[in-house]
Amino acid sequence: MRELKEKIEVRNLNFYYGENQALKNINIICQANLVTAIIGPSGCGKSTFIRTLNRMNDVILGVRIEGEVLLDSKNIYLPTVDEVEIRRRIGMVFQKPNPFPKSIFDNVAYGLRINGLKSKSKIEEIVEKSLINAALWDEVKDRLKENAFTLSGGQQQRLCIARSLAVEPEVILFDEPCSAIDPIATGKIEDLIQTLKINYTVVIVTHNMQQAARVSDFTAFMMLGELIEFDNTDKIFTYPSNKLTEDYITGRFG
Amino acid sequence: MARPFDEELKTIRGKLMKMACLAEESIVLAVKSLKDRKEKLAKDVLKKEEAINLLDIEIDELCLKLLARRQPMAIDLRFITSAMKITSELERIGDQAVNIAERSLELLKLPLLKPLIDIPRMADLAQNMVKDSINAFVNRDGKLAINVCERDDQVDKLNDQILRELLTYMMQDPTTIRRAVDLILVGRHLERIADHATNIGEDVYYLAKGKTIKHHIEKNRK
Repeated sequence: MRELKEKIEVRNLNFYYGENQALKNINIICQANLVTAIIGPSGCGKSTFIRTLNRMNDVILGVRIEGEVLLDSKNIYLPTVDEVEIRRRIGMVFQKPNPFPKSIFDNVAYGLRINGLKSKSKIEEIVEKSLINAALWDEVKDRLKENAFTLSGGQQQRLCIARSLAVEPEVILFDEPCSAIDPIATGKIEDLIQTLKINYTVVIVTHNMQQAARVSDFTAFMMLGELIEFDNTDKIFTYPSNKLTEDYITGRFG
Repeated sequence: MARPFDEELKTIRGKLMKMACLAEESIVLAVKSLKDRKEKLAKDVLKKEEAINLLDIEIDELCLKLLARRQPMAIDLRFITSAMKITSELERIGDQAVNIAERSLELLKLPLLKPLIDIPRMADLAQNMVKDSINAFVNRDGKLAINVCERDDQVDKLNDQILRELLTYMMQDPTTIRRAVDLILVGRHLERIADHATNIGEDVYYLAKGKTIKHHIEKNRK
């Protein structure tokens, strides 16, 4: 196996919604150019967790966070850090495809334009590259001016991935990216994740254990806000160390 | 929480235990027919083999079906893959018992070469190894599994001893060759049975501990 390089390190992370503690002392390292999957029963905090990695929880009122999230060894929660810049470096793809009500082209160009890029040729170049990297280019290259909602669900999801790639992130977070699309489209997204990890660090939250087993290099199992086990994906799915992990992945609860 | 899946796994376990029982009985009958010079017992072994073969196919089909439909993970996955390996070891043990029965049928046509002492002893050891390997499987007992593997040496030693003894018979009197060769083969078949039980022990160790002990792999990988 290739040498590991830490991209994100989470240290002693606690997270509260008001009085409610949603994450309890989480410590995880996400390695660069590998896929880290987060699994666990509903309400275990996995979505909350992934949203702490690019400060998506900041917009919710009444939340409190303790501990550190280090991106390339720098804490993203320091007051001096610009959270918009963090979200550019750490992109996110959500459960339901959420394209903007604009053309396919404008969806991908959106992030570039709000970041102040003016050059039309440069924008065209990046849009094409992003759509290619999201494995969508061949399907949409002749209809870039059409509204994004004319695409199928799976295509919309890949459009959202292209949109996040356009601003050249370093990390891509996937929050259950396939739960609203069919198995064929799911297969395409999973293939895509394997390609993406060559250039990006990927973290994926998934309800689907088989998906975690298929796409990830490391798997974290969470329950009731705690990290129960974190290990090589091969190890987790063949011989997990923790009884709770075993009970969950063999379907004894969850 | 009980799952419908557990019932299916229990069915596999039950069938494997039945298969192991048949395999053990085949060893006992085959060697008994040789020792007590009873043709009928050897023929019973052939009947048992049919039942063993049927179970082998049934277990394989069940396991494949569960792999496809349940996509098992962790202990379930280890259980099913181990079961598939164990069933083919048991099937081969059945074949070896048949080989012994066939030797016995040949030997019964000729006068007794010598009273049998080491072969029944070897058969005892091998049969107990099979029994314990399956007990280890049922109870996921890694310690007993290793213990089974360690006993293989005793069987090998007895086999060498049998070979040496029969060689001297053959050298002294060529008319014994036919019978001596058959007895050597019986020893060889029993030795193979112990090897199959050892393989089961190794599979069970993986099932219980998630670690491979086959072919001294830990040592060789470093």
